[in-house]
Amino acid sequence: MARILTMRKALSEAFHQVMAEDPTVIMMGEDIAGGMGAPGELDAWGGDLGITKGLIGKFGAHRVLDTPISETAYLGAAVGAATAGLRPIAELMFVDFMGVCFDPLLNQAAKFRYMFGGKTKTPLVIRTQFGAGFRAGAQHSQSLYPLFAHIPGLKCVIPATAYDAKGLMIAAVRDDDPVIFFEHKVMYDEVSDDVPERSYTVPLGEANIVVEGDDVTIVAIGRMVHFAIKAAKQLAKEGISCEIIDPRTISPLDEETILESVERTGRLVIVDEAYPRCGMAADISSIVAEKGFHALRAPIRKVTPPHTPIPFAPELEDLYLPSPEKIVAAVRETVGAAQR
Amino acid sequence: MQLNRDDLMKAYRLMRVIRVFEERVRDEFEAGRIPGFVHLYAGQEASAVGVCMHLDDEDYIGSTHRGHGHCIAKGCDATAMMLELFARKDGLCHGKGGSMHIADFDKGMMGANSIVGAAVPLAVGAALAAKTLGKRTVAVPFCGDGGSNQGGVLESLNLASVWKLPVVFVFENNGYAETTAAGWAVSCGDIVNRAPAFGMPGIQVDGFDFFAVHEAAGKAIDRARNGGGPTLIEVKVGRFFGHHEGDSQTYRAKDEVAELRRDHDCLKIFRKKVEGAALLEGEQLNEIDRQAVALVDRAVEVARASDPPEPAALFQNVYVSY
Repeated sequence: MARILTMRKALSEAFHQVMAEDPTVIMMGEDIAGGMGAPGELDAWGGDLGITKGLIGKFGAHRVLDTPISETAYLGAAVGAATAGLRPIAELMFVDFMGVCFDPLLNQAAKFRYMFGGKTKTPLVIRTQFGAGFRAGAQHSQSLYPLFAHIPGLKCVIPATAYDAKGLMIAAVRDDDPVIFFEHKVMYDEVSDDVPERSYTVPLGEANIVVEGDDVTIVAIGRMVHFAIKAAKQLAKEGISCEIIDPRTISPLDEETILESVERTGRLVIVDEAYPRCGMAADISSIVAEKGFHALRAPIRKVTPPHTPIPFAPELEDLYLPSPEKIVAAVRETVGAAQR
Repeated sequence: MQLNRDDLMKAYRLMRVIRVFEERVRDEFEAGRIPGFVHLYAGQEASAVGVCMHLDDEDYIGSTHRGHGHCIAKGCDATAMMLELFARKDGLCHGKGGSMHIADFDKGMMGANSIVGAAVPLAVGAALAAKTLGKRTVAVPFCGDGGSNQGGVLESLNLASVWKLPVVFVFENNGYAETTAAGWAVSCGDIVNRAPAFGMPGIQVDGFDFFAVHEAAGKAIDRARNGGGPTLIEVKVGRFFGHHEGDSQTYRAKDEVAELRRDHDCLKIFRKKVEGAALLEGEQLNEIDRQAVALVDRAVEVARASDPPEPAALFQNVYVSY
């Protein structure tokens, strides 16, 4: 019997389970409960989109900590606490805000194990929302995960299903390295699938072959996985069989699964919501060009937004984002069927 | 905390070891045997030792780019430190940290830090861990006058106060952020003036006087340990050397360093006080001086003769698992 949950519910279940099983797990962030010190009700918001609602009531204000709007201080404190016996889950409301507080991750958490000669570990999860589609404009819509994947010492997780969101979150909290966990704000309610009630993990560094196929490999990240599925259904009607790979974690990146697929299909389309320059599409493209060139029967195609900030006007934002139609067009080009 | 004879001997020994260590590091650096950069703590010894005398291995400190003194005061092994500065495989961080990134978590030393002010939020986190885990440990971030102007440091003062954490913020004001005078860059004049704005007590002490630092730190650390929340201490000090070794120091007054060494040497002041009060004898202190020199001689000898890391170390310890 399927147990269909939204990504929102799946994540909430993961938080309840990891906090119940390990008393060293704490959570902090801005308004993750809400109403702190205010005359009205506590847990007023449960996070700006309600993902953490109910946790403070269950686990108390000493484990679910609302913070002042001071991202550098509390992300830094989360990093320090991770070296001192806790497993903090710190929420950075939107990844765009990383502009004010990068140092605790860039120069501290990412470097400790290496520069201190292996003498400490920093078991930390930073949760953050990313992605366009909410008409939120240039400062609340970015997909900045390539910035983090660029940095040795950090791990980067981007779930595309509710099942993966729960399993990857539990794995991230139990992991002994700093993990940045990217949650697409549109997907909380847009995505739902079968989620077991028990606590389980999805290992970091293992891609998911979402759909098997023979003619072209589509690597898609986050919400783009669902766009790729729509595109593949259309293409199937045209007799083009797509294999869709969701890396699930971009650091570590499961290069092997991507290369094995391209070895069979000979064609690669990468769909990514991040900016095209120095992004994941460019990175995966370079890996395949370097290690799988012999298998390629057509040039690699990237489906990404243009290299522009994210516009506010709905008409422009829709134009900005990749779409199933754009993926269909790119796949047709790689199989030499653009005129079909 | 009352200081008995053993405490006084310990305090003097730690301060002297720091002084000798730093002077030898300068010599070794100038001779080209230490790679990178070094920022020397000489002149500020009474601050690190006056504070850390109150701390155990379970208590945490965060440090700065000028971190050797904090390491020694917190109990890090001087030989392992010297090996690290020499980039040797048996160094405290196996030669992968160096002077500005030296840490020893077994001693509660969370690391020197080459990002100005960055250790302050980290130490706030260590204090949060202590409070959450029900421990009576405290965290002491050391920070300079330059770091006192960093946004993350100001946020950390507020956060520690809001969460009422066991933190003692120690601002070592040596008068200069690199070349820039604190009198110009700290808008409120004295850093201690910022304490009331963050809802915590502030104390300013003479950092050349070990006893003044020790007393102020003792009260603040007791308060933090007993759940009273954070305190800000501004320690007024002066550095005997430049920002980094090799700094021409043309921004300083002509006789400034000579005056510091003559009138404000914390070791001389300490000796005068304890000998004057007949707490320790001059010969006991001279013996400590000789031991400190022997310790540092030995550390340098071992460091010079040791091996660099193996090439494989380049790839090790990026992650716990990947």
